[in-house]
Amino acid sequence: MKPAPFDYERPSSIEEACRILSEAGGGATVIAGGQTLMPLLNLRMSQPFILVDIGRIAALQGVTRVEGGTRVGPMTRQADALADPVLAAHLPAMVTALGHVGHHQTRNRGTVGGSIALGEPAAEMPATAVALGARLEITSTRGTRVVDAADFYIGPYMTALEPDELLTGIIYPDWPEGHVVLFREVAQRPGDFALVGMVGAAVVEGDTLTRVGLAWFGMGPTPVRMRQAEAALTGASLSALDPRAMAELAVADTAPFDDHHASAEYRRTVGRRIFARTLREALQLREAA
Amino acid sequence: MSEHAIALTLNGQRRDAVVEARTSLADYLRLDAGCTGVHLGCEHGVCGACTVMVDGRAVRSCLMLAVQADGSTVTTVEGLAAPDGTFHPVQQAMREAHGLQCGFCTPGVLMTFAALTGGEAKASEDSLVSAMSGHICRCTGYQGIRRAAKALAEGTVGAGGAE
Repeated sequence: MKPAPFDYERPSSIEEACRILSEAGGGATVIAGGQTLMPLLNLRMSQPFILVDIGRIAALQGVTRVEGGTRVGPMTRQADALADPVLAAHLPAMVTALGHVGHHQTRNRGTVGGSIALGEPAAEMPATAVALGARLEITSTRGTRVVDAADFYIGPYMTALEPDELLTGIIYPDWPEGHVVLFREVAQRPGDFALVGMVGAAVVEGDTLTRVGLAWFGMGPTPVRMRQAEAALTGASLSALDPRAMAELAVADTAPFDDHHASAEYRRTVGRRIFARTLREALQLREAA
Repeated sequence: MSEHAIALTLNGQRRDAVVEARTSLADYLRLDAGCTGVHLGCEHGVCGACTVMVDGRAVRSCLMLAVQADGSTVTTVEGLAAPDGTFHPVQQAMREAHGLQCGFCTPGVLMTFAALTGGEAKASEDSLVSAMSGHICRCTGYQGIRRAAKALAEGTVGAGGAE
């Protein structure tokens, strides 16, 4: 239960961090809050040559308003994001999801960007970024590129990040004031990884849904965007909405695992139920006839 | 394998040390600083027994490297009671409410409660109880700990209300 030996670097700027990553030629691992990485190190499932601690790079911290959205520094601690007034005003779905990330004690160290960059498929922050349409700013000595969160995830703990790249910003687009938060998670105990969870947002104008972003977590090898349900819901009229039919579309895009916690079929069944119930409650729909 | 000089304030006293990069804060506190009140249960962030306060916040010391605590203020259970042995209110609350049996999880629980009740905002019973999700206790069934949380939130510690 002790990590294998490694070297430790604590750069004070993004440039310095990128230079270390570039020179390490794939042998370096970035540590942000460490609340998922440290267990992997302690269990020796991860054995980097160099650990690059980005915890003291001021430019990676904090929440700022940008044109058309909100920018979250990847080193922003989950506990700080949970209490952030800008996020509360502009991204209530993210704040709701943050309350389910780990425990009070791990949120005090764990970061928004660490969770997003690591890509645990049952984690809340990756799915929230996908559902809300976040864009990820990625930096290396080769330059900066921006990737849609929906295109970032390849498999469990596998992302579009190259070994020399660092996540340097998460930009969430604005959702109009008064939009509806859609969130529900089923876990064995509070703070455990979700067996099944859903997160998203919807904009209602009169009787019509004009914009919908939704994603699953724990329902496949990556966060799963509910493309079919999003397409069917966008433009739909609330009075004619059938939550159970929508739930079928929502689980159609999923590829859940069988594991010792639950079968894939169980996850889909629970997914249908929580989707229909969340839609009914959040949009105040009548019980299906 | 790199070694690093660190300086931190531990239970009110400045300490300098040289640590291997891979040394967890928990191992540094127990093996180097002698704070064996930091209990290690699982060493991968599940049980909460190793919880300490770093810069006023409750964190798991097995999920943090000692080198990351460089420059920080760290408080362990050894730093809770007054020098004359008078209990900290969270210790008094746990004692009055019979919040412990074997005591293995207790230092971690105390540090979480101390962090939450030590700030300017008064901790609610809800926030204390929900933070208990980060601790596993195999003895008490949590009911005594819940009573301690209630007494802390209501400010009735020492009033005999929790006995």
